[in-house]
Amino acid sequence: MKFGIIVFPGSNCDHDCYHAVKHVFGQDAEYVWHKDTSLKGFDCVVLPGGFSYGDYLRTGAIARFSPVMNEVTAFAKKGGLVLGICNGFQILTEAGLLPGVLMRNSGLKFICRHADLKVENASTVFSSSYKKGQVVSIPIAHADGNYFADDTTIKRLEDGDRIVFRYSAPDGQVTMDANPNGARANIAGIVNEAGNVMGMMPHPERASEAELGSTDGSGVFESILKGFLT
Amino acid sequence: MKTITDEVIKEHGLSAEEYRNIVKTLGRDPNLLELGIFSVMWSEHCSYKSSRVHLRNFPTKGPYVLQGPGENAGIVDIGGGLAVAFKMESHNHPSFIEPYQGAATGVGGILRDIFTMGARPIASLNSLRFGSPENPRTAYLLEGVVAGIAGYGNCIGVPTVGGEVYFNDSYNGNCLVNVMTAGLLRKDRIFRGTAKGAGNPVIYVGSRTGRDGIHGATMASDVFGEGGEERRPTVQVGDPFAEKLLLEACLELFKTDFVIGIQDMGAAGLTSSSVEMASRGNMGMEIDIDRVPRREEGMTAYEVMLSESQERMLMVVRKGAEEEVKKIFRKWDLEAEVIGRVVEGNSIRIFEGGATAAEIPVASLTDDAPVYNRPAKRPSSQDSINRLDLKSIPEPSDYNETLLRLMSSGNIASKEWIYRQYDHMVRTDTVVCPGSDAAVIRIKGTDKALALTVDCNSRYCYLDPFTGGAIAVAEAARNLVASGARPIAITDCLNFGNPEREEVMWQFAEAIMGIREACLTLGVPVIGGNVSFYNETSGVSIHPTPTIGMVGLVEDINCRATQWFENDGDLIALIGENSAGLGGSEYLKIVHGREAGLPSIDLRNEKRVQEACLKAVRECIIVSAHDASEGGLAVALAEACLNPKGDLGAEVKIDAGGLRADDLLFGEAQSRIVVSLKEKDLDRLKGVCASAGASVSVIGRVTGGELKINGLIKIPVSAVGKAWRGALRGILKK
Repeated sequence: MKFGIIVFPGSNCDHDCYHAVKHVFGQDAEYVWHKDTSLKGFDCVVLPGGFSYGDYLRTGAIARFSPVMNEVTAFAKKGGLVLGICNGFQILTEAGLLPGVLMRNSGLKFICRHADLKVENASTVFSSSYKKGQVVSIPIAHADGNYFADDTTIKRLEDGDRIVFRYSAPDGQVTMDANPNGARANIAGIVNEAGNVMGMMPHPERASEAELGSTDGSGVFESILKGFLT
Repeated sequence: MKTITDEVIKEHGLSAEEYRNIVKTLGRDPNLLELGIFSVMWSEHCSYKSSRVHLRNFPTKGPYVLQGPGENAGIVDIGGGLAVAFKMESHNHPSFIEPYQGAATGVGGILRDIFTMGARPIASLNSLRFGSPENPRTAYLLEGVVAGIAGYGNCIGVPTVGGEVYFNDSYNGNCLVNVMTAGLLRKDRIFRGTAKGAGNPVIYVGSRTGRDGIHGATMASDVFGEGGEERRPTVQVGDPFAEKLLLEACLELFKTDFVIGIQDMGAAGLTSSSVEMASRGNMGMEIDIDRVPRREEGMTAYEVMLSESQERMLMVVRKGAEEEVKKIFRKWDLEAEVIGRVVEGNSIRIFEGGATAAEIPVASLTDDAPVYNRPAKRPSSQDSINRLDLKSIPEPSDYNETLLRLMSSGNIASKEWIYRQYDHMVRTDTVVCPGSDAAVIRIKGTDKALALTVDCNSRYCYLDPFTGGAIAVAEAARNLVASGARPIAITDCLNFGNPEREEVMWQFAEAIMGIREACLTLGVPVIGGNVSFYNETSGVSIHPTPTIGMVGLVEDINCRATQWFENDGDLIALIGENSAGLGGSEYLKIVHGREAGLPSIDLRNEKRVQEACLKAVRECIIVSAHDASEGGLAVALAEACLNPKGDLGAEVKIDAGGLRADDLLFGEAQSRIVVSLKEKDLDRLKGVCASAGASVSVIGRVTGGELKINGLIKIPVSAVGKAWRGALRGILKK
């Protein structure tokens, strides 16, 4: 399977995603410069974390205008797999590929730590390696992870079973105490209606090797591979 | 143009004698631009004029050293064709004036020092000092500095993996912000800040030059009085996004063979970078000031040469490669402009409007800059602060309560509130996150890892700068061996008061000799560093704070340790011996309000303890290792119980050996490491310690949910954890 890792100016998890895909999961991976205008030959496109354009404006607000985003949109419309992690998630919402917006954390500070997530939907192409209701520990590292959407959108996400991960307590209880950033409905990751575009604030590439303390994130990559091979 | 009056000379921080030397060197009066260039190059910050004679005492050579002091960063060989560049720097003065930008640009500056050597930055640390928690400015400075470090480091994507934070009255008027970065490079691809080859172009890259930070270096070479905030315009403003582009573009450029030399524009900006590169290459340089990209109209040559605008680099490339170099920077939307060339001769010449605006012999600004062997005198107050009569110190009646007070002291309390704001995991190499004795960063594609730490107990240095300096080195090394790393080199950041005071110079000279002694005994060279003098406000100096940044090599990433107990039932042992250690202790300060007595260390014993510990970790004999430092044995044991994965209890019985109970529990005798191990491995541990000549004794067992020591302490670990975890937040609310 061939992954394209988009490099925006200011991306800083591009190397980490490349390493995970290439060296941990043994797949083909290539960097895609944000000024490139073709995604030909890729099976999955990853928008990595970072601070695209410094995120001096609203996060992701400038990156969505990068030339490659036209291609990402077309790729997604054709059913190509798109995974946005952290800043990548923010960019996907700005580009309209996913609903809602990521606001400043309710505590107003950057947070870097492991977060417990409840897998709400284990039947998406990004989460089929998990079990529904399973609690996984994956690091978050963001200042703007406070997911917001209006009531209608939240209802649509819930009714469509499009919430993949929610912040939870270790026992799977979805509580405000377990919510690190104020996200509505404790949302940590969602998919689009067609199910081929996922955005998530936690970093699965940081939890894919035992050396790093957790392999709970590898399920995201394994799910993608499983879906591709079957 | 402004005439050079005595007032102007004084404003530039130059003495009358220094001005006479300038006139003698030039054979004429300098113009204002030249005076400005001399003033920054001869500032304490750039010239090291008061410290140089002492810095020569550092051992700088060793089997791992590829680049010692004198470059933008030191470099060590870690085998397999790889090398590590690292350095620590201070940004104290700007951070006190404007904490967010001061700290942020400190991070930006140290990152440039690393990638200018050809290295990709892989980890940053910091060492911070603030005034007393009761001081109204402390919370503001702490919040701002942490946010600044986070804002810059997180954005550029270099993990901030460790550090230390201390509070003490002596920093009420001068906080300290020391930042360290390590970078990884191939040992055959080292770049240096040198200008060679007459005719080669000098290229400016990065952000445009503005009016920010003019005379920052001169500000950092003076004491503060009332109204220091008025110096805010001398603080630079950081743009981590611009630096990220600069970093990636430079690393891309380094894959080519176009670059002859490169240096970042840090303190004293374009002036120091051009002069130092010419000096190292033994060449002259011409700069056409009109070609320097500018942020605003109407800037004078003086302002352009002295600006400390951030995110700029100066490089000398092969003649003819200009276009290809520019192309790489254009890809990253960065400006690259040819602003001059390397020339034969030994002068730096600045042109403006086609005419010579300044012409100065390079050596007069670097090698021949003033060097002072300033007078030093032991303060008369030293005897009285060293006196400590234990009879005057009542023993506490409740040791549980005393332990809780120490655990919630700002100097010992959990720093999680701080490091949670730092992205410490980006780059997916951080195998030991902040909170343990040292951070451990793996090197992808190898079995190796680096352990990094920063250490200094400035109270020890205040009481005895020689011993305090030695302990800073010893403790840094101890933190590394406890993690399973062999210490390989040091970078230092020497923060002191006003060097024109004899007492401060005495502290400085003593601390250097103490560091030297420890370096020699432990076999760890100094490969770079930084001196920050004039940390004084309204006549009050900071405690001498020679911060040590140390890097160690973990040969096999599978054999390492953290400070936390892991398994119920494991034995607890102590490598090293208990002895009297209340002098300068945190206990004495927190419980009895005294900063008195004398710290002490036997470096030879330290070496034996470290050898034993390192071997025990490397041979996977022990499960955890944690050195006893601030708060002594009781605090070390409590910290070992507070495993982030879940608290564990311990039952400990230690032979008091004639020590008072408070000394046994909270004394800070050096050279002690608390380890835990499987009972079956005890004989192996004893064997390792015997062959290293270090003493070892079993002192207890990991068990239950309480910490129990000698019938003196019996307290639920959860209560200890609560006091320890919440304390910093309490300080911030004050």
